[in-house]
Amino acid sequence: MDLRRVKEYFSWLYYQYQIISCCAVLEPWEQSMFNTILLTIIAMVVYTAYVFIPIHIRLAWEFFSKICGYHSTTAN
Amino acid sequence: MANPGGGTVCNGKLHNHKKQSNGSQRRNCTKNGIVKEAQQNGKPHFYDKLIVESFEEAPLHVVVFTYMAYGIGTLFGYLRDFLRNWGIEKCNAAVERKEQKDFVPLYQDFENFYTRNLYMRIRDNWNRPICSAPGPLFDVMERVSDDYNWTFRFTGRIIKDVINMGSYNFLGLADKYDESMKTIKDVLEVYGTGVASTRHEMGTLDKHKELEDLVAKFLNVEAAMVFGMGFATNSMNIPALVGKGCLILSDELNHTSLVLGARLSGATIRVFKHNNTQSLEKLLRDAVIYGQPRTRRAWKKILILVEGTYSMEGSIVHLPQILALKKKYKAYLYIDEAHSIGAVGPTGRGVTEFFGLDPHEVDVLMGTFTKSFGASGGYIAGRKDLVDYLRVHSHSAVYATSMSPPIAEQIIRSLKFIMGLDGTTQGLQRVQQLAKNTRYFRQRLQEMGFIIYGNENASVVPLLLYMPGKVAAFARHMLQEKKIGVVVVGFPATPLAEARARFCVSASHTREMLDTVLEALDETGDLLRLKYSRHKKSARPELYDETSFELED
Repeated sequence: MDLRRVKEYFSWLYYQYQIISCCAVLEPWEQSMFNTILLTIIAMVVYTAYVFIPIHIRLAWEFFSKICGYHSTTAN
Repeated sequence: MANPGGGTVCNGKLHNHKKQSNGSQRRNCTKNGIVKEAQQNGKPHFYDKLIVESFEEAPLHVVVFTYMAYGIGTLFGYLRDFLRNWGIEKCNAAVERKEQKDFVPLYQDFENFYTRNLYMRIRDNWNRPICSAPGPLFDVMERVSDDYNWTFRFTGRIIKDVINMGSYNFLGLADKYDESMKTIKDVLEVYGTGVASTRHEMGTLDKHKELEDLVAKFLNVEAAMVFGMGFATNSMNIPALVGKGCLILSDELNHTSLVLGARLSGATIRVFKHNNTQSLEKLLRDAVIYGQPRTRRAWKKILILVEGTYSMEGSIVHLPQILALKKKYKAYLYIDEAHSIGAVGPTGRGVTEFFGLDPHEVDVLMGTFTKSFGASGGYIAGRKDLVDYLRVHSHSAVYATSMSPPIAEQIIRSLKFIMGLDGTTQGLQRVQQLAKNTRYFRQRLQEMGFIIYGNENASVVPLLLYMPGKVAAFARHMLQEKKIGVVVVGFPATPLAEARARFCVSASHTREMLDTVLEALDETGDLLRLKYSRHKKSARPELYDETSFELED
């Protein structure tokens, strides 16, 4: 019962996405092409975020801590 | 004109409107500017009403999504054009012949790109054939397309009893034959259908004279002249009134017939912002001060072209202010009352009656019989010397066939009905019923949270949809699921980002029909998420100042 409501909600959400992004008026092969391209872009963004954001944060943290450390040693 | 801001109108007061908080003050109110003038002249004005109209802006995310949708549509359009060009896909649209491939291209502008790639995909929502009279309920022929709207075929079935919210049938006079139309049958028996001549030759019938006298009496002016076609009334008579060396000041959103007539006349045309009296005054001052462009001579004539009700916006012209300006700068005024004659004003006499002004103050009153009278044709009314001049010099009188006799009789019958000359008060009741229906419909739509444009009393109600996907989904859903016929309008007729659905309220819609439509709109609005308004009005409207005679509910 709950699964059916969840499925209805997702199909309503998909319908909203279709009419907002003009996919509702495209032919089926154009819709599949557009969805594929969009999903590919989103997958690439997620992958890049997963791989690179921790490294960038670590490097930025080291950089700023070195600056603050240098600043405190000169202040002393 | 593709302004995503949703119209910077209402005399520039929109900036104040934005700064004020939401909720309490939703309306732009302008006070009747002629009050001071009336006191100076000593003439009594028994109408002193506020003009209540709203042109709300869309929320930002809606505008962003709309442009994004058009961008995606354009990209796919380029892709399809590429495929068609290289022969990978068959081309169904118009294309030049092989021998003309090296000539200057015929089908390449943006308008054709838009037609081929965006309009074709949702074309099934327009040009739908109907097979009954356009009354409050009508029958629509069902049609399907096998190749994505390039061609259609009729399935043979008919969708019966669709509620009609699209026909310009304001007073409900465009309906099937009933006993009151007996005079039309008699006229048909005596005169036949065709006139077979122009007004100047042998096409002036006594029916035309009777009709013209009746129109002049209805409008309370000296004389009137009728023509066979409404569009041609504008486009053929403006060139007869103005010519080279004259100046035409025309509203931004004027109908194509007015624009065509203005261009054909050869006069200089300047455009002022929609319904904006400051913009008009600035143009008038510049015209009077600087004169004609190179020679600096005075203009021979200055003609202001406005419409009574603008059908795409639902706004009513700010007539008192424009009359004040016209008197101050000595210009002439031409009002096209196509949508407001019979529909606006306590007894249906048009915008002059709506504002309580004297029709003799407007120089040229023009209107059509297609909308409120259930016939076809147009008229021009005003002073007797103006109409006599047009009888001789109008292109339509010389070259176009005059109005057909049964149609003239239908208009005579409708005019007598509205004026009460047939002995009943049904005509007046219908005008009042239209006003009631209009106010009820607009008020309920605003309570539900849709964005509606225009004046409270205009019976043409534009409901903003914005996104092209929603436009198509709305029209199809309303016809197929809810059996309500609506008209949706998109790009060339409206700015790119402001697609809308346009409802025409009629006096023959009963309360139940309007409630059915409103319920359907509520559900569709929730399904498609169309309720963009940020100013939800309460159930009891705020009191606004009306010291005048008002229609009782």
